[in-house]
Amino acid sequence: MAYAKSIIDDIFGGIRPAARALDKSASTIQGWYEAGTIPQKHWEDVIEHAKAFDHYLTPDDFFPVSSPAMSSHGYPFEKLHCLTIDDFHRPDIETLLSLGEHYLDLSVQKSPDRSVLRGKTLVNLFFENSTRTEKSFELAGKRLGADVISMQVASSSVKKGETLLDTATTLNAMNPDLLVVRHGSSGAPALLSQKVSCSVINAGDGMHAHPTQALLDALTLRQAFDGDTDGLRIAICGDILHSRVARSNVKLLNMLGVEVRLVGPPTLLPTDVDRWGVDVFHDMKTGLKGCDVVMMLRLQLERMSGAFVPSKREYFHFHGLDRTKLAYAKTGAKVMHPGPMNRGIEISSDIADDPDISLITQQVETGVAMRMGILHALSNAQDGVRS
Amino acid sequence: MSLLSIINARIIDPASAYDGDGIIVIEDGLIIEFGPDAIAEGKIIDAKGLICAPGLIDMRVSTGEPGRENRETIATAARAAAAGGVTSMVIMPETNPVIDDMSLVDFIKRRAENAPVNVYAAGALTKDLDGVTMTEIGLMSEAGAVMFSNGARPIDDAQTMRRLLSYSASFNALIANRAMDPSLSNGAVAHESDLSSRLGLTGAPAAAERIMAERDVALAELTGGRLLIDMISSAQALEVVRRAKSRDLEVSCSVSINHLALNEVDIGDYRTFAKLDPPLREESDRLALLNGINDGTIDVIVSAHDPRPAGEKRLPYAEATTGAVGLEILLSAALSQVADEKLELIPALAAMTCNPAALLGLESGRITEGAPADLILIDPHAPWLCKSDQLLSRSKNTPFDDRRLTGRVIKTICGGVVVYEL
Repeated sequence: MAYAKSIIDDIFGGIRPAARALDKSASTIQGWYEAGTIPQKHWEDVIEHAKAFDHYLTPDDFFPVSSPAMSSHGYPFEKLHCLTIDDFHRPDIETLLSLGEHYLDLSVQKSPDRSVLRGKTLVNLFFENSTRTEKSFELAGKRLGADVISMQVASSSVKKGETLLDTATTLNAMNPDLLVVRHGSSGAPALLSQKVSCSVINAGDGMHAHPTQALLDALTLRQAFDGDTDGLRIAICGDILHSRVARSNVKLLNMLGVEVRLVGPPTLLPTDVDRWGVDVFHDMKTGLKGCDVVMMLRLQLERMSGAFVPSKREYFHFHGLDRTKLAYAKTGAKVMHPGPMNRGIEISSDIADDPDISLITQQVETGVAMRMGILHALSNAQDGVRS
Repeated sequence: MSLLSIINARIIDPASAYDGDGIIVIEDGLIIEFGPDAIAEGKIIDAKGLICAPGLIDMRVSTGEPGRENRETIATAARAAAAGGVTSMVIMPETNPVIDDMSLVDFIKRRAENAPVNVYAAGALTKDLDGVTMTEIGLMSEAGAVMFSNGARPIDDAQTMRRLLSYSASFNALIANRAMDPSLSNGAVAHESDLSSRLGLTGAPAAAERIMAERDVALAELTGGRLLIDMISSAQALEVVRRAKSRDLEVSCSVSINHLALNEVDIGDYRTFAKLDPPLREESDRLALLNGINDGTIDVIVSAHDPRPAGEKRLPYAEATTGAVGLEILLSAALSQVADEKLELIPALAAMTCNPAALLGLESGRITEGAPADLILIDPHAPWLCKSDQLLSRSKNTPFDDRRLTGRVIKTICGGVVVYEL
């Protein structure tokens, strides 16, 4: 949070008056003004001179981060786990998104308040390999001052026959505060959350949920549409059946007042998907009509093998996003993809790489900020319970 | 602009149940006017009171092209079709290579460009008919495949069948599957009955057909796919279809002409030319199937044209191949049943014209203004003796050799052009 501007403008009445009052050159003040911060060696000087303007500053006012709000509409955030979107009600979501937004500011993210997670331990427990999600949590934890360790379960103890509950017992002995779990079986993080004494964050379980991805997608949408997502129409397209991202996104976007459509071949749509509160289409042309955003999902090739769709060629022909199909959506529609992409199968490269329409890079950038926000909120709720 | 008129015809359009004397006027291959008040123009064909009906649409024709041209080519099959009053035929994908790719659909189309009748391709449901790997149903539909079939082999795996029905639903593609439980039919060469056991032949029970039909109906209900139960042969399977239709499911079924005209007794002294797949069943089954046509439970009658050289047929019964040619027999054998008062004329014609047209999405198969002028002139009472060596098909394998039949096609018109005259 840039505070220099408000101090200079509100207290001293602008750059030149401030320069006169502080006996500095205007270009120095200009420097503070643009950086948004005031170097520590000048703090006493500023506090002293501010008194002449009837403002009594404390060193706290010079910390780069002012603490973000931990409540929304008067509802404090009190959840200990982040397992599915269902865990949260609307004010919780608002709290999380505004925290995410707070950390989105790069000046905040790069020099955050490292005391938020100071003394806390974050354990990354990934039973499935995932570079981007794991590193994103690692970075988020480290930026907030936590001790971060990654347990490479996929390649170690599980192969030796350790069960999930054995792992939980081992983890408990390490006294972590935050546990980030990805597991191939739906419901595994929920089971862990009952057996460990720390906050559990679901980083993707089977075909069930991926709440942090949904939150970062929602934050990306807010940024792209200037904070107003209400009434947007979004089409989530492709392999819905195997997608935990789609399931979490449907819930969250519905909660945020976004009109959600699902588009995919019938073999890649779950049974009774029309009961999810969405409109279901099998054809991109009708499905994308009037959409503000098109979210493409990864075709889970490892589960494909000719059983769900005949071939990559046919899939791209009917369900891959190219310029022709994007033209069915609203003019200026944005494109999202949770990654990793199969270029030429569900999305053509020229769309994925077009900065005017693709939000894919923003999604990755938003990832770290959103996860910082989630860690911050959960840790805060923990402290609230303990005190 | 070419004008052609058929006068003095008894016009029968099964789609509208129109049956009346009149004139049909054809311009540039399309019917522009018909009925008693139509005014004949251009070249005149005098029907002399014969029936003029839509040309037949045969949904199940096998050829040997590509791969086994010694059995039949598309050109020889098309000639036989014209002689049998068939103006549109659907080629099964059981060729070598299998029609499991849009380039092969295109190949069939190109090979049929100069054929006297309309030729359509059915795409394979699975790659190389392996029963497991789904083919590019969407792309083949776009390339012109009118339906999808796995040939003689049913899709054994229920999950695969489910996905096929489910996937094809978004293209509204017609999925044909043989009603035959492979494990119950394994090694069978005849219908399982008193007769086959006396003959010492391994039989497949009618239950094998019923089980698969029940499964596929349940899967069609689950997925919303369009299912064609391919060539039922038993009263049991007919009941399955009847119940499915009473629940308004989008299920249709076909029967081969052989199973309407013949029964298991025709294999008599190990006559391999009557060895068919599905096997000929009991007389009670045959009568039930005829009834199924009359009451509309069975949608389609097919020729099940399956040309085989004599060398594949003149073998000990268990070793001989199955199949019979049928393009030139289809209409006559059906009319013979009409003459025997087992079959009603309008439902029988509907099952060979407008019903398959509706399933395949073709504009032909009916007499109406603007429809393609695919027409046949039929003498429903003409007696003739079927001689296999006079068939135009390249292979002559027919169980109707030396049989007396009643009714035959006198003239076949396809796209306003006379393509066959007796």
